[in-house]
Amino acid sequence: MRRKTREELLTHAALIVITFLVMAPVLFALSKSTQTRAQVFHYPPIFGPGTAIVQNYVTAWKAANLGIYMKNTLIVAAIVMFFKTAFSMFAGLGIVYFDFPLKEPIFYFILFTLMMPTEIMIVALFQLVSNLGWSNSYLALTVPFLASATGVFLFRQHFSSIPSQLVDAARVDGAGPIRFLFNILLPMSWNTIGALALIQFIYMWNQYLWPLVIIREERLQLIQVGLRSMTAVQDVTNWGVVMAGAILAMIPPMIVFMLLREQFTKGFALGQEK
Amino acid sequence: MYTAKFKGKTLPFILLSPTLVILAVFLYYPVIQTFRLSAYRTAFLGMKKHFIGLGNYVELLHSTEYWHTVWVTIVITALVVILGMGISLFIAILANKPIKGAPIYHLLLIWPYALSPAVAGVVFLFMFSPGFGPVSYITAQLTGKDVNWLGDPNLALILIVIASIWKNLGYNIVFYLAGLQNINTEVLEAAEIDGAGAWRKFWSVTFALLSPMTFFLLITNITYSFFDIFGMVDIVTKGGPQDATNVMIYHLYRNGFEYYKTGMAAAESVILFALVVGLTLIQFRTSGKHVHYGG
Repeated sequence: MRRKTREELLTHAALIVITFLVMAPVLFALSKSTQTRAQVFHYPPIFGPGTAIVQNYVTAWKAANLGIYMKNTLIVAAIVMFFKTAFSMFAGLGIVYFDFPLKEPIFYFILFTLMMPTEIMIVALFQLVSNLGWSNSYLALTVPFLASATGVFLFRQHFSSIPSQLVDAARVDGAGPIRFLFNILLPMSWNTIGALALIQFIYMWNQYLWPLVIIREERLQLIQVGLRSMTAVQDVTNWGVVMAGAILAMIPPMIVFMLLREQFTKGFALGQEK
Repeated sequence: MYTAKFKGKTLPFILLSPTLVILAVFLYYPVIQTFRLSAYRTAFLGMKKHFIGLGNYVELLHSTEYWHTVWVTIVITALVVILGMGISLFIAILANKPIKGAPIYHLLLIWPYALSPAVAGVVFLFMFSPGFGPVSYITAQLTGKDVNWLGDPNLALILIVIASIWKNLGYNIVFYLAGLQNINTEVLEAAEIDGAGAWRKFWSVTFALLSPMTFFLLITNITYSFFDIFGMVDIVTKGGPQDATNVMIYHLYRNGFEYYKTGMAAAESVILFALVVGLTLIQFRTSGKHVHYGG
């Protein structure tokens, strides 16, 4: 018993040190985000709260346009989350609950896109979207991302694990596939939807390269590129404001993560068992 | 498993059409276009182009600068994958112990999952800035001289690796914790009864049972080091100093969007694509064969 408590104490000590190390960069950013320029450049460095908290955050939000960038990113992420989830669910319904010609080639057609990250075709995608006249628009930031193999496979996996008696029962009741989807599948799919929503939100929130090349109008830019432009002029950079910006940019994905963490683990735990 | 089916031949196509159309137009078409573009040389800021066949590839293969970016990518990827996954596994095992307050530790350890490479880049750029960055201050106190993290090629590379590992800790820990929680404790108890020591128990049981997860993370961590690292490099070092952190994706971006060498950038994309396809095929082949499942 004694040995056990000692071991537990050691584990606690190790975890506290590790947690502190993992948190350190953000605690540091948090502290600097409250400091005036003089406090930031003070030598030796000051760790602790400063006196410019309101000023820094207001400057980041308004003068550095982070408020606008965050609003843009929220809109883009919400559009992609909604349509991608819906389209993936439709595709999952089609694949799991229907037999149709060319099913296997279509399945592989979707599967192969797992090997095609945006970065790999960035030059050609840029030309395509520019030729469509979509540069500097939300269309460029959303439409190319509305479908994904990951989404289709998450739903396929989930639907396959639902007992088939339910379909038979639905048919006896005279329900068509669409009613079956909304009345029976949808209520059973919240973990999968939550998992996909979390992955998609963070994926869209962290978009960097694509908005960097396709968006040239500042008022339409997304948050990560906005953060980049804050550091672009290094000699005159007000680091207190930049750190306030970094903290602001962290908050929305953090909230979504906290809200959907449970669904995320459950949605994936189901997938892992297969 | 057998699943009862609905009747209808057109409805499934209607259900699949949004996904298929978008994948065809915005994934397959650009990929094919990339192959086509890679056979052209673009000049005059992308206004003129002429067919040169494999010319771009030949030029790349003879360019020491390009091989250097390949080397840098390999070094960064190896370090991020091995150290990042090792550290994450170690932390996940500690956090998985049945102690009081475990959920709080879990929460505090996996939140970096929500971090972006750009945020990590901005914070690390500041921390390691010469003169006023706290890490520069600490290294100056310890060594007695100014350590220029951003100016020294080797140190800049190490900085990118540390920042990349830190950013990806949350992701790796989430999946390792999920994997550890799925391990049947009876197997571990059985090993203990058989007289296995802690080390033996770890390698023969825990690590073996985690192998599917490790393999999944291996692939996602490699892709992360290939592509997601872009934002970090762009913000912290811009590929410098002296090209020390100029990874393949950054080199590609510069050719495509700063020097307007579209054809060359397309050829670089095809090479990266070939690497991704290779890795994915290994993933498909290996999963289920050499990797231990179940438990």
